[in-house]
Amino acid sequence: MEQKYVHIISTIVEHKPGVLYTVSNLFRRRGFNIDNISVGPTEEPGIARMTIMVTGDNRTIEQVIKQLNKLIDVLKVTRLDPENIVTRELALIKVNATSTKARSDIINYADIFRARVVDVCTESLMMEITGTSDKIDAFITLMKPFGIKEVARTGITSLSRGPKSVKIDD
Amino acid sequence: MAKMTGAQALIESLKQEKVDVIFGISGGALLPIHDVLYDSEIRHILARHEQGAAHMADGYARAIGKAGVCMATSGPGATNIVTGLANAYLDSSPVVALTGQVPTYSANTSYMIGRDAFQEADIIGITTPITKYNVQVKHASEVPHAVKSAFYIATSGRPGPTLVDLPKDTQTVKAEMDFSENLQIRGYKPNIDPHPLQIKKAVKLLMKAERPMILAGGGVNLSGASAELLQIAELLMMPVATTFMGKSCFPETHPLSMGNIGMHGTMLANKMILEADVLLAVGTRLQDRSTGTLDGFCPDAKIIHIDVDAAEIGKNVPVEVPIVGDAKPTLSMIYQRLANKIKKSKNNPWIKQVQEAKDKYLSELDLGSGDLTSPKLLKELRKLLPEQAIIATEVGQNQMWAALHFQTIKPRTFISSGGLGTMGFGFPAAIGAKVACPNSPVVDIAGDGSFRMTEQELGTSVTEDIPVVVIVLNNSMLGMVAQWQRLFYQKRYAAVKLGSVPDFAKLAQAYGAEGVHVGSMAEFSSVMKNALKTEVTTVIDVPICPDDDVFPMVPPGKGLKDTVGGL
Repeated sequence: MEQKYVHIISTIVEHKPGVLYTVSNLFRRRGFNIDNISVGPTEEPGIARMTIMVTGDNRTIEQVIKQLNKLIDVLKVTRLDPENIVTRELALIKVNATSTKARSDIINYADIFRARVVDVCTESLMMEITGTSDKIDAFITLMKPFGIKEVARTGITSLSRGPKSVKIDD
Repeated sequence: MAKMTGAQALIESLKQEKVDVIFGISGGALLPIHDVLYDSEIRHILARHEQGAAHMADGYARAIGKAGVCMATSGPGATNIVTGLANAYLDSSPVVALTGQVPTYSANTSYMIGRDAFQEADIIGITTPITKYNVQVKHASEVPHAVKSAFYIATSGRPGPTLVDLPKDTQTVKAEMDFSENLQIRGYKPNIDPHPLQIKKAVKLLMKAERPMILAGGGVNLSGASAELLQIAELLMMPVATTFMGKSCFPETHPLSMGNIGMHGTMLANKMILEADVLLAVGTRLQDRSTGTLDGFCPDAKIIHIDVDAAEIGKNVPVEVPIVGDAKPTLSMIYQRLANKIKKSKNNPWIKQVQEAKDKYLSELDLGSGDLTSPKLLKELRKLLPEQAIIATEVGQNQMWAALHFQTIKPRTFISSGGLGTMGFGFPAAIGAKVACPNSPVVDIAGDGSFRMTEQELGTSVTEDIPVVVIVLNNSMLGMVAQWQRLFYQKRYAAVKLGSVPDFAKLAQAYGAEGVHVGSMAEFSSVMKNALKTEVTTVIDVPICPDDDVFPMVPPGKGLKDTVGGL
């Protein structure tokens, strides 16, 4: 069996209702699994970018791309080169912090990870952290002993390095 | 720019698309449209069930090669066309569905869609996986663009069904309508013309081939590429097998015709394709019903795969030369290059081998014992019908017997539900085909189980004066399921015996159609000849032996080399 890899697909779509459903439904129907997806508007009005992370062999990814290309609301599909991209994810993490020691330890760890404290109360701290998914995973692992109350992650978003950009064909 | 209501704009748009007929059923959410339609020259054929209307539009499209239009009201009307759309989707048939919808706004509530209003269904959500494109009109002014997009997308590239959902208030509101716009759809640019380099590679491979063979699929019918296919086949003396959907794209009376391949393909096609060293597969998605298990499918062949849909190439079978392009221009380019390089091939060892196999196959063909068997009836039917006659089929044994034993000659003369296998498809599809081609005889080869799923369309056929012939191969069973139970489930006939089967002749007569029972081949011939002369739908009830099986057959989970039974 062919080796499976994690692939990141950058998809430019029409920014209108129902498009996320159309895309996610395609994955469901064809039996492809979405590991991770993030959607947001781009610099161009009416256009959104979906960054989709998929695990699969090369044939599966080829099919994913071809099937995505068939959707009328999908304007461009590009598989990003994992060696040459910037990938980021944002997480908000709320942790128990009842003692002074815990509070100080957490803030120290947050400094090392370049996370920011964004909310404080007597019983907990909330931090925001940006980075690769691995970095966020590591930070969450570090926070576990304090008692994690809640985590919200955005899913990854990516762009290729260098001057080239994923543009819609004319 | 002109100011008019959404309903008026819809009818104007349909006229621009040269729509002459709509198959449908009205309802509350369609009243403004029907009111405008009443004064237009577009014919509305009132079906008895929306599924029937969708199949009629599908049959119309397959027979004539332009989009078929069906229309249904909101909620249950819309959900009743779902099977028809799924059927059209899997067979790449250009059907445009128009559905009524509850109003976007109403006087007593601000927003109505999404509030589970009376007869509201999320038809956009429901049909997303089974349409090529669907859109809900949010304002009357969007109607011209929505309709134009739906027709363009349904009929171009790889054809498929589309749907336009029309909330009731968008039908009544007046707006400035722009019909002149040049259609630009950013995310849709079908690739029709093949890459010349790939053509060159294909030609090189074909020139070197010692045992070349063509596998032609439904894409050849859809693209109208039969003439180009014939040219290449004759130039290189290549035997031609067709997939189930490809049937009728190559004349089966031609010496190079091998018939269908697949689960119920001919022994000849199933065996010879395994010998090929180069396979030119065109307009086929090489689906499991055609290929059997992929392990052992064309083991020695380098495959050239032509398809207008890039996603089909390499999806199921690895290929040597992928060509993304429409069958007609692609085959035409291949032919031009070949014709510049070679003169017509003479008989060669491969074609001699194929011909010998074909002679043997034909001489040993077993049409069953007794005077009136399904295969014999289909052979007789061929003799009684002109070349351009259209055969529609239901689904099951009747369908496979028709594919095996009724020789098609002209393109688009075999209309059957291939991908979805929709029982109840054949009769309404036959009605649609007859509307498209009123001068061609249209015959539905039916089984009693399948015919009963849409038999109420007899009402449509008679009332709307659309005469077709229905031949019911009647074994009082769900025959194909029974065959599988006989072969693979120790004859445990669970849930296949239909019991009280109605008298189909009387049923037809009750609707005002002709209905006849026949008991012998001579009787059948005479009744059939009469049926072709009369101007009214005729149902011919033919009892067949419930133990008859369709052979040859590739057992489920096996490959073409394992084709068994019959010849």
